[in-house]
Amino acid sequence: MQVDKRINIKGLVCPYTFVKAKLAIEDMEIGQVLEILLDYEEASRSIPKSMEDHGHKVLKVEKINDTDWIIQVRKERE
Amino acid sequence: MEFTEAQLQRYSRHIILPEVGGKGQKKLLNAKVFIVGAGGLGCPVGYYLTAAGIGTIAIIDNDNVELSNLQRQIAHSVNTLGMPKVESAKRTFEALNPDVKIVAIKDKITKDNILDLIKDYDIVVDGSDNFPTRYLVNDACVMLGKPLVSGAILRFEGQVTTILPREGHCYRCLFEEPPPPGLVPSCQEAGVLGVLPGVIGALQATEVIKLILGRGDILKNELLIYNALKTSFRKVRVKRNPDCPVCSDFPRIKELIDYTEGYCAIR
Repeated sequence: MQVDKRINIKGLVCPYTFVKAKLAIEDMEIGQVLEILLDYEEASRSIPKSMEDHGHKVLKVEKINDTDWIIQVRKERE
Repeated sequence: MEFTEAQLQRYSRHIILPEVGGKGQKKLLNAKVFIVGAGGLGCPVGYYLTAAGIGTIAIIDNDNVELSNLQRQIAHSVNTLGMPKVESAKRTFEALNPDVKIVAIKDKITKDNILDLIKDYDIVVDGSDNFPTRYLVNDACVMLGKPLVSGAILRFEGQVTTILPREGHCYRCLFEEPPPPGLVPSCQEAGVLGVLPGVIGALQATEVIKLILGRGDILKNELLIYNALKTSFRKVRVKRNPDCPVCSDFPRIKELIDYTEGYCAIR
């Protein structure tokens, strides 16, 4: 999977996790993929849900080690 | 322009709204709004627009703070009694949000200064308490093509309408001429429930924010009437008048008018 932008939001909690992710995807083009690295468990569920509510496509949610998750989202709309 | 960390926190509840987002918040931060009156309506309008991060807010009023204002004019306090209302409001707004540039104008708005005062602003908000000013602001906004969010209050009832000149109705399409001074309630009759301007001012601020964001429906061709005693909202449809004296294609009013006083303001 080609990733166009990566952000690291480890250490952040809700709602700033989503604030950062949303601002990142706003600046991207439709069709591009954003990869988010985070360590706040609740956000591993809430970010994918909010991204889908905003009309984007969640491609992957993966726990990569004891503390961290990776989420990939494709921008589907402005 | 990038958000500072403080701005991310301050505006986070805006940014996470799909209808606002970072882009919408930046529009708010770049917007310029002109408020007529620092009284019952101007206080909550300015307060909420300051909280929302409107970039520049100008506010004009020629009065000083009096004790009888404090029942409803929430930007003023016992610490600012006797101070110009615009200075009092500026202090309150700046304490709430230092991002916002507050331009305090202690002056009377007249036919000779209004066009120059409002010309650099995106939206005008009328929170004035008298008919001469209400008509003056309407006519000036029509002449300059500026969006105007107009509010009015008396006793338990308030009105809000949003005027987009030549796209929708204007105030003179609703009421062609100001009422004669004798028909306007006298000072003794003109009480007002203190919380009423809070409701109407918050509605005006909401209209301003939606205009800036370009989202939602606004009160174009509509007059919203709130009755606090009945707890009722009513929308009245208003048509643009093709023979309106100021906003029609062949206006009779081509110059601004300062209607003679004789009207009584609610202090």
